[in-house]
Amino acid sequence: MTSPLLNKLNGLDRRWIFLGMALAVLSPILLQIGSDETPSPPTIKLFDQIERLPEGSRILMAMDFDPTSAAELYPMALGFTRHCCLRHHKLYFVTIWPTGKPMIESTIKAVVQADFGSGDRQYVYGVDYMNLGYLAGDAVAISQMSSDIRKARPQDARGTSLDELSIMSGVPSVKEMDLIVNVSAGFPGGKEWVQYAATPQKIPIAIGCTGVQSTQLFPYYPDQLLGLVTGIRGAIEYETMLAAKYPNPYANRNKRPAFLRGGAQRWAHRLMIGLIVLGNGIHLANRYRRTPRR
Amino acid sequence: MSKTVPILIASIVGFIMIVANFSPPLLPVRQIAEDWFTIVATIAMMLGGANLCLHHLKKISDREAGWGFSTVTLLSFFITIAVGLLKVGAVPESEQQLKFAWSGPFQQEGSGFWWIYQYLFSPIVSTMFALLAFYVASAAFRAFRAKNVEAILLLLTALIVLVGQTRDREITSLFLPPPVEGALPYFPIADLTEFIRKTFVTAGQRAIMIGIALGVVATSLRILLGLDRSYLGGDE
Amino acid sequence: MDFHSDTNAKKEIITTRVKSGGQSAFESLVFVGKRPWDCRERVRFTKKTLAMLLFLVVFPALSLADESAGSTKQRVWFDTGKTSFALLTIAICATVIICTELARRGKPFYVRPIAGLLAMEEAVGRATEMGKPILFVPGIEDIKEIDTVAGLMVLSSVAKMAAEYDTPLEVPTSRALVMTAAREAVQAAALAAGRPDYYNEDRIHYITDEQFGYVASVCGWMYREKPAACFFLGKFFAESLFLAEAGNAVGAIQIAGTAETTQLPFFVAACDYTLLGEELFAASAYLSGEPAQMGMLKGQDFGKLAAIVLLLFGCSLATWDSISPRGKSEEGQNLPRRSQWITDTVLKGG
Repeated sequence: MTSPLLNKLNGLDRRWIFLGMALAVLSPILLQIGSDETPSPPTIKLFDQIERLPEGSRILMAMDFDPTSAAELYPMALGFTRHCCLRHHKLYFVTIWPTGKPMIESTIKAVVQADFGSGDRQYVYGVDYMNLGYLAGDAVAISQMSSDIRKARPQDARGTSLDELSIMSGVPSVKEMDLIVNVSAGFPGGKEWVQYAATPQKIPIAIGCTGVQSTQLFPYYPDQLLGLVTGIRGAIEYETMLAAKYPNPYANRNKRPAFLRGGAQRWAHRLMIGLIVLGNGIHLANRYRRTPRR
Repeated sequence: MSKTVPILIASIVGFIMIVANFSPPLLPVRQIAEDWFTIVATIAMMLGGANLCLHHLKKISDREAGWGFSTVTLLSFFITIAVGLLKVGAVPESEQQLKFAWSGPFQQEGSGFWWIYQYLFSPIVSTMFALLAFYVASAAFRAFRAKNVEAILLLLTALIVLVGQTRDREITSLFLPPPVEGALPYFPIADLTEFIRKTFVTAGQRAIMIGIALGVVATSLRILLGLDRSYLGGDE
Repeated sequence: MDFHSDTNAKKEIITTRVKSGGQSAFESLVFVGKRPWDCRERVRFTKKTLAMLLFLVVFPALSLADESAGSTKQRVWFDTGKTSFALLTIAICATVIICTELARRGKPFYVRPIAGLLAMEEAVGRATEMGKPILFVPGIEDIKEIDTVAGLMVLSSVAKMAAEYDTPLEVPTSRALVMTAAREAVQAAALAAGRPDYYNEDRIHYITDEQFGYVASVCGWMYREKPAACFFLGKFFAESLFLAEAGNAVGAIQIAGTAETTQLPFFVAACDYTLLGEELFAASAYLSGEPAQMGMLKGQDFGKLAAIVLLLFGCSLATWDSISPRGKSEEGQNLPRRSQWITDTVLKGG
């Protein structure tokens, strides 16, 4: 028994799959179809911790990602920074990725300077926030920061001595931080912050990571990790909570980059499920065709 | 001798790194070793740059397949180096810097190097990363086929996790009674996804991680004791 | 006998080689004399150990002399918080070394066959038959990563096979240091195979440190040259699926291996054979067939046994805690769990 359709599907060119994926991703972006999420416990825990911390708490923002993973991680970096600024915490930006420096600058520009750079309670550099910049040495850099920040880096990213910044007074090491928030795209990143700073120094830590990394970091939750925000889904969850608590202006679509990316992700997932079902349909049809019948 | 010295260096530094983990006074020695690696790797970068040029020049001169790409590579390489070294478009940021030529930071916003990073490098690598979606779809279409019992289990798990990862999981709660006032909605497939991740995936990951850790110990010992020298070309 | 397709035959040969004390080219260097203590390797090893001890004393002494000039505080030579970790490290290292020594003295050990490693020669043979090149990617990280070193160790074996069959082997690297080490490994392998003319340093070249620049270059080469066999052994991240899918598209037989757990599913989905985590580290020892190295694999297995025992002990203790909690102290406070003592005292600092 032969079927022309089955023969066609058996020899399906992968470029058709690529075209399907392009349409599944492109259409929601062009039509502005977003997707909301119900917050999950690991995301809720981080949100609640930032809410609970008293105003002016010290938070280390470790931005260990690059432009490659920015599509997935930048929205959550914006979300975390926005939330910390809304609570008026002191922010210490740092990265152990050489390509992470522009990511910090971009986050500062988009959130700290644009949204909180003016008004009565404006964020002032050196008083409310500072940028340590890039620290070379991977895990060794983290380890050094845990024992002595000034030894790891005596100046900030602008070349100013750390002793000249009022935000740094009484902060000899990472031990003085009330929370570490790490946005991690891989190695070195979340795992190293847990192993070399958070667990030995007993500092609460929460990580925002890529979807692929989540399986690697899940074993640390909830004992060594306070919260875990994974991929675009986690970023949408965080934005949802931020929009619920601070609707003006964070319920606006233009302040919710992850929400808009969620639509593309949802349709891509649907296509993947469809492809798996189609693949199995072809497989079963082939088996049926090969089975000898009396 | 050419092999013994590198092996000796590897052994000594390796053992110091191990001992320094337990003996705080040795930590500075460990730091020295790390610094030396950075120095050696930086010198090797020049070697790499030279090799890159030679390799692509040879490809262009031999008119090998894809020699056009080699031209683009070499042009991009030299333009980026020139823009960075000459600090094209970088301006002094302070009065102190005004006294010296070329004193503005090369990565300064608005400089040529920044422009290359922002408008060339960044979109190109983001595009490359995005291509992963296409490859994942193609691999899923091919790999998840119900060929045997194990493959069926893998297939079902993949479908559950895929549905559980997006808001489509809410379909599974359509036939359930509405949640009590104030309680979080219940989605059976989301719970199943979490159960798979927390139980099977975490258990599997930990088992693999223990195996890897032991493998690392044994391989490190083979290297530190000089038993395996194949990575340096073995014995002559 | 079809050696490459018969798993049992290969297993038997490896066990025999281990039993007999090894007779490969590498082994002949190790066992020059009949008694292991007389062999050249042993003498070299002793010299090295002595030199090592000397440096272990001299180096810290120099650094301490420098540091203690302005300090009168008593120096703590051992971090007692890490005692359990130190004991565990010593125990595992000792087990591995003891097993190596036993293997050297002729004790036979069974090592389970690994499909991916048995297929390596088949992959090289296929490339030879088709007259197409072989691609070997030793990961994208530097040589300080143990995964990269493990990849280079396997490269040595693959290069030897390729040299014997005179099949071109392309090794693009993303780090300059890895390129240098890979060149050394391939050159030595060509010499060992008796084909010094096989070595062509142009085939082992540096591309770029940038992850996706490297991927673009390697995938482009794959689509143009259509290699018949692809080896991806080392540390990989997001590029794993790009490489494996490109290999699949050109119809190559693919063998991958990494200790990066997040990338294993991609390799499993897209490659013919995948070395899972520890198998990558075992590969070089397995392929060498040398008794000392096979002994190390056995030592690793004992480590795994110890991990299983400790896991069972921990699970039992936690179960006991939840079945019968310890009750309250005289002050009316809940007594800590039994397993708490393990985490707070024994594992503290580990």
